[in-house]
Amino acid sequence: MAAEVAAVEHHGPPVAHQSSRVSSTTLGMLLFIASEVMLFGSFFTAYFFVRVVDSYPWPPEGFELPRYVAGINTAILVTSSFTIHWALQSIRRGNRAGLQAGLVLTFLMGLTFLLTQVIEYARVGFAPHDNAFTTVFFSLTGLHGAHVFVGLTILLFATIRAFRGHFSAAHHHGVELPGIYWHFVDVMWIVVYTTVYIL
Amino acid sequence: MGNPFRSEADAFRFLLLTIGYCALIAIGAVINMWVGIAVFVVLTLAALYLVFLRSKPEPPPRVAPTFPHPDDEKRILVVANETLEGETLHEMIRRKGEGYRPNVLVVAPSQPSVLQHLASDEDGARLEARERLDSSLARLRAAGIAARGEVGEADPIQAIEDALRTFGPDEVIVSTHPEGRSHWLEQGVVEKARERFAVPITHVVVDVNAHHAEVR
Repeated sequence: MAAEVAAVEHHGPPVAHQSSRVSSTTLGMLLFIASEVMLFGSFFTAYFFVRVVDSYPWPPEGFELPRYVAGINTAILVTSSFTIHWALQSIRRGNRAGLQAGLVLTFLMGLTFLLTQVIEYARVGFAPHDNAFTTVFFSLTGLHGAHVFVGLTILLFATIRAFRGHFSAAHHHGVELPGIYWHFVDVMWIVVYTTVYIL
Repeated sequence: MGNPFRSEADAFRFLLLTIGYCALIAIGAVINMWVGIAVFVVLTLAALYLVFLRSKPEPPPRVAPTFPHPDDEKRILVVANETLEGETLHEMIRRKGEGYRPNVLVVAPSQPSVLQHLASDEDGARLEARERLDSSLARLRAAGIAARGEVGEADPIQAIEDALRTFGPDEVIVSTHPEGRSHWLEQGVVEKARERFAVPITHVVVDVNAHHAEVR
């Protein structure tokens, strides 16, 4: 009878029918990351077109990529993935101090990465409009930098929540999702660094 | 193929693999461009082989009811669609509830056609399932059995899993057409359900046309 009563009293659109296999929040994050992969894919297509199809010299004569600074930045970003992993492992064991320390360290390292990138832009000695190489360089690293900024914003909220007593061993979805996003940002940087700076 | 971003731990593992993959390609490229290309090709082919050819789907975890309830109550989950109004099914529900206070949840998976599914035009199929469900619920209630119902996922296995998580039954009854006319039997729904769910599952065959039924 309850189902019939509910059916009669319900107004507006039908109640969303959702599967229990994947939670809607995790599914949302997966769809978001899939769209992000496509976005990065379009930028990498431009990169490969310029470099492989057009046989553009990389970097062109007179231009130099700051490989070593970017290498240190890479090490910082990779380390930050370890610290957020540690933060999540800590809260799974009920260790709040570990969660807070892990999130703060991750945020600080992400901020260091972003600030170093900004300084690198100022000192690199070329501009986006100079040629195809510089356009692709600033586009790819800039797109990634924008994602780091978004990741830092998410991490900031997660960190504030951690210090306000949110999250527990059983409920830590608010750290799990920023963790997935942060690892994705890290994966994309590894690919960007390898293709743009190393190869 | 497994989703590398299903959880933070999976994403972290994927990151480590990406670092190893890119590092080996970079080392190869530093030695010689052609070595780098060879490493790239070999690693990429190896990754594709492992992901698409060698990976076996993980057996899904056995799901068990999770909700405690009074000892005198028996929760029965009924999964049926076109056979919902079959007399044998209702007889089986009554028999399973004997000696207990039966609490029945009837789930009718909507059964859209392939074309309807592709066009996201499932309203008609859900409405038909709802009508059969209402008729079946009315009969059960008339027989004094506390029953409620819902239209479930088109995939009956998924519909059972959803109901297990929200209802926590002691027993599941799956009702189908006879062999040869039942899509569910062709898909091995009963076997899959017995393999996957840690709860007794009874299969009721309802021959709606011949008024002949068999219980297995």
